[in-house]
Amino acid sequence: MEEFFQQLTNGLAVGGIYALIALGYTMVYGVLKLINFAHGDLFTIGAYLGLTLLTSMSLMDSLGVFFGLLLLVLMVMGLVGLIGVLLDQIAYKPLRQSPRLSAVVSALGASIVFQNAVMLIYGARFQVYPQDILPRIVINIFGMPVPLIRIMILMASIFMMGALYFFIQRTKVGTAIRAAAEDQGAARLMGIDVNRVIMLVFLIGPALGGAAGLMVGLYYGQINFTMGWIYGLKAFTAAILGGIGNIPGAMVGGILLGVIEALGAAYISIAWKDAIAFFVLILILIFRPTGLLGERVAEKI
Amino acid sequence: MILKLSNLTKRFGGLTAVDRVSFDVEEQTVMGLIGPNGAGKTTIFNLITGNYKPDEGEIVFQGQSIGGVWTNKIVMLGIARTFQTIRLFQNLSALENVLAGCHCRMKSGPIGAMLKTPGQKQEELWALEHAMKQLQFVGLADRAELLSGNLSYGNQRLLEIARALATNPRLLILDEPAGGMNEQETEALIELIFKMRDSGLTVLLIEHDMGLVMKACNRLVVVEYGKKIAEGTPEEIQADSRVIEAYLGIDEEE
Amino acid sequence: MKEKRYIVYALFVVFLLTAPLYLNRYWLEVLNSVGLYAILGLSLNIIVGYGGMFHMGHAAFYAIGAYTTAIISTSYGVPVLWLMPLSGLTAGVFALVVARPIIHLRGDYLLIVTIGLVEIVRIALINNVFGITGGANGIFGIPRPTLFGYKIFKSHQFLYLIWGCVAVTVFFFYRLENSRFGRALVYLKEDEIAAEGSGVHTARYKLAAFVLGAFWAGMVGTLFAAKMTIISPESFSFWESVLYFMIVILGGSGNIAGVILGAFLVIGLPEFFRGLENYRLLMFGAAMIFMMIFRTQGILPPRQKVFDVSRFRKGGEPI
Repeated sequence: MEEFFQQLTNGLAVGGIYALIALGYTMVYGVLKLINFAHGDLFTIGAYLGLTLLTSMSLMDSLGVFFGLLLLVLMVMGLVGLIGVLLDQIAYKPLRQSPRLSAVVSALGASIVFQNAVMLIYGARFQVYPQDILPRIVINIFGMPVPLIRIMILMASIFMMGALYFFIQRTKVGTAIRAAAEDQGAARLMGIDVNRVIMLVFLIGPALGGAAGLMVGLYYGQINFTMGWIYGLKAFTAAILGGIGNIPGAMVGGILLGVIEALGAAYISIAWKDAIAFFVLILILIFRPTGLLGERVAEKI
Repeated sequence: MILKLSNLTKRFGGLTAVDRVSFDVEEQTVMGLIGPNGAGKTTIFNLITGNYKPDEGEIVFQGQSIGGVWTNKIVMLGIARTFQTIRLFQNLSALENVLAGCHCRMKSGPIGAMLKTPGQKQEELWALEHAMKQLQFVGLADRAELLSGNLSYGNQRLLEIARALATNPRLLILDEPAGGMNEQETEALIELIFKMRDSGLTVLLIEHDMGLVMKACNRLVVVEYGKKIAEGTPEEIQADSRVIEAYLGIDEEE
Repeated sequence: MKEKRYIVYALFVVFLLTAPLYLNRYWLEVLNSVGLYAILGLSLNIIVGYGGMFHMGHAAFYAIGAYTTAIISTSYGVPVLWLMPLSGLTAGVFALVVARPIIHLRGDYLLIVTIGLVEIVRIALINNVFGITGGANGIFGIPRPTLFGYKIFKSHQFLYLIWGCVAVTVFFFYRLENSRFGRALVYLKEDEIAAEGSGVHTARYKLAAFVLGAFWAGMVGTLFAAKMTIISPESFSFWESVLYFMIVILGGSGNIAGVILGAFLVIGLPEFFRGLENYRLLMFGAAMIFMMIFRTQGILPPRQKVFDVSRFRKGGEPI
């Protein structure tokens, strides 16, 4: 029972991280119908930027743990969001009128560029996050010990997802994003500046991904330049699982995948842990390509 | 009777795009399918050619039920089509486009091709000749080596017909063949339709150009909101008050 | 124009034949590696270049061929080169089984599923599936190949073996490109609905392209295993698949000469910049973006097919 509970909470925390990354995939896909292959690497960049800022600025000492971390998260989100916008302007914007798969190849190229740039700057070895940032508190839930960081990560991702959901559903700009995802042409006719919407999507998605990178650094303590690739694929699986283009779907899909993976690794086989997500991906695409919350669309001939 | 539709029905979500439509097409005639935009004409074509699966009803072609059969199988059986929005292989030459139509009348596979067996060589020669004949038939033989995307609009429509003819069809389905053609081109198209009918083909077409429809078709079927509202000779249809109200009247005002 | 092209081809063949006279072992090995990647690129070209299907899991088929050769040659002592058809067949059957349910997926979905596929295969190999793949260490002690009684182990011997295989591949694939089969793949790449409407059984042709591409990659697996004498899962990662993909896309998808040029650029060119090795992938990534923006079809895009139709016209006039 305790083992199950530990795996469940771990799965929830990791799932929250997947969900945050998945949001970036799903938002970009919603508006541009493009799989942004470089998104996973933006997540990596978030983790590395977080490490640099953390070790160079000693925010915790001057601001205290809470405000220090908050400022750190905001700085990472802002910087990664900026990189996301630049990525779109350089690698995707010139290809808006090209066949869809040209942009996919460009995205793959961007992913390779990011990954190798991180390697050249930081080196190929694992980088270690300082261990003394967060007090090592373990709290009891139902009589079972759970590390505080696990709860904090879950809470933080739920908070960010909630904020995004509110933004998308309740604000005017959010409505514009949803309209552009529904039908770009019609949105343009209604006076929505689609280019600005796209820019915004490339700001928010990578910002959330960057925050997720920072969380992984804090949670696991070590990061590597290739990690964005596997996290990216898993988060993409989560986006598909929930129904790509669907924002609540990405949240549900992420958490679900995190739990499936944690329980699968514990009760089936740890050696096959990384393959579980791929099996889920293949099965969902074969049997329900629109995802759990997606809707069917008829193709026009 | 070469084609028989009975109670054909197709729904998309809550919308019934084709609602219990029945009609017969006689061998070696030209049958026209007319009606306002969005009436379900192209959907009927897509059902006959296997692009959509009917929800109800039956399609019988030469005594064989073909509802829901794969498109390529239907082409093999002898139904070929052109598309309303021209769907040529834009980056390939006119000749290569027509060779696509020859595909289903050929047999050789990858191994035959790699070994260049005598049968495969002969088949390739046959295909070239067959394709050139179709280009000749529609009057595009001298443009065989041009990229299809560079042809004029009218010629692209003709090339689509040549590609369809290369499949050796018994029934040819034309979706707005005169769309984008000028008057002379339309006249030539009517001649071509007669030529095809006289060579033994049956033609089923959708067209908004009433001049062409009245001149070229032996019989007409009128659809509105997915339902058949009239059927008869062009003269009968022109006199039908429901049709005038639903369709022809509006069209003349334009 | 046409003659110029053939002069370049002839010079290239002469260069390969005489290479052992003036190239040292190191550069011969580079050529060998380019040759292997050229065949892999050509086999992927059937799927990506002609068929237009974005397949990034080609390393999975290559791995299955290499492992088939390694397992059988080390446990039963069958001469390696004899295992080529069998390795191809194993990879082909595997492709048939795994591609069948995913073949109908749209472009970018197919891409991501094939990535999943190659990762699953790699993880399976590491986990020593069925207890025959040797886990993360792989399989070693694969015997050297023999051809007409000669044992092949020197670089220049491999050069002739590998580039001989390239030549055979080019010979067959050129014929394939100019046949009913090759054309059908191009039709379905150009417009699937129009291809189906012209009577092409698109689902079957997509599958056939996968199986044929996999069969060929499986055979290259034999060559690789025989050349390396040791294979391990890390040789068949997703990044390998990306290299094949780049070879096809950058060189010119759908064009045989373009793919071979692509192999030289992606595998050979970096050897001239040894000091900048770490920048290799960075440059390739940038090149991919650059190519997509400025030259989507690759460096050598396919030329328009020329048919001899003069005999069907009487006296220059159409019949």
